[in-house]
Amino acid sequence: MEISPDTWVLYEWRGLQLNATIVFTWAVMALLVVGSWAVTSRLSAEETVSRWQAALEVIVSTIRDQIAEVGADDPGRYLPFIGTLFLFIATANILSVVPGYQPPTGSLSTTAALAICVLIAIPLFSIGRSGIAGYLSGYIQPTPLMLPFNIVSEISRTIALAVRLYGNVMSGTVIVGILISVAPFFFPVVMQVLGLLTGLIQAYIFAILAMVYIGSASRSRRGSDGPSPNETGD
Amino acid sequence: MDAATWIAVVSIFTAGLTIAIGSIGPALAEGRAASHALQAIAQQPDAANTITRTLFVSLAMIESTAIYCFVVAMILIFANPFANLAAEAASQAVGG
Repeated sequence: MEISPDTWVLYEWRGLQLNATIVFTWAVMALLVVGSWAVTSRLSAEETVSRWQAALEVIVSTIRDQIAEVGADDPGRYLPFIGTLFLFIATANILSVVPGYQPPTGSLSTTAALAICVLIAIPLFSIGRSGIAGYLSGYIQPTPLMLPFNIVSEISRTIALAVRLYGNVMSGTVIVGILISVAPFFFPVVMQVLGLLTGLIQAYIFAILAMVYIGSASRSRRGSDGPSPNETGD
Repeated sequence: MDAATWIAVVSIFTAGLTIAIGSIGPALAEGRAASHALQAIAQQPDAANTITRTLFVSLAMIESTAIYCFVVAMILIFANPFANLAAEAASQAVGG
C-alpha cells in the first residue's frame, strides 16, 4: 500500500519524474484559476447577478468575516493569502470524491510547502505593519530571556501545521485502503464521507491558524493590549 | 532470529503501543473540551457561534497529538528507515 501520492509516478521523461502530487496540485490550481477567472470575467453590479457570482460573493464574504472574527482589524489585507490557503486545501480535499484522484495534501511535500508559505508570510505581514525593528523586537517581547523559546516556537508550529494537515488527510486515505481489504462492501464509503468532513475542517483550521499566527505576530508589537487566549498555539 | 525479523517485530509492537498510548490523552482531552463547550453553549446560546469555532480549532490542536502518533506508527510500519539498513547488512554479510 502506498501512503503518499509522491511514490505514484504518472509520467517519466529522461529521469524527470512527474508524480501524482505535482499533477494533482496543478489540476487543483488550474481548476481554481479557470473557475474564478470564468466567474469574475462577467461580474455585474446590477440587481440580478449570476448564480456563480452569488456563490463566489458568499465564499469571499464568509472568509472575510471569519478573518475579522479572529481579530484582524483589517481583513482585506489578509484576505488574498488566507483565502487562497483555504480554497486550495478545501478544493484539494473535496476533489477526492472523483475516482482515481489522490489528494495532494496527503503528501508531506505539499503541506510542508504550505506551512513554509505561512512561516514566510508571518514576518512579511508583520514588517509591513510595524517595520523591521518592530518585528525583531517582538522576539524579545516579555524579556530577552524568551528569545530561544520564541524562535523554537516559530519552527515547531510550522512543523505542527504541516504534519497536522498531512496526518489527517493521509490517515483518511490509509484507513479507506485498509477497510477496502478488510470490509469492502459499504464501510469505505462511510469513511470517505468522514474524510470529506475532516478535509473541510482541516482546511478551515489551517487557514484560521495561519491567521491567528499572523495576527498574533503583528498584534504583540503594539504592546499594551493583552494577548488573546488563542494566541499561543502549539 | 536475524536482525530483519527483530526489526519487524519491534516495529510492529511499537507501532501498536504508540497508537494505544498516544490516543488515550487526546481522547480524554477531546471529551473534556466537548463537554465544556456544550456546557458553555447551554449557558450562553447567543455565543454558540464563537464557542463552536473555538471548539473546532482547539479540537484540531488536541487531535494533532494523536495524529503525530499515527504518523509515527505509519512510518514504523510502511516506511521504516531501518528495514533497508538491516536488509543491506544481511546481504553484505552473505556476500562478504
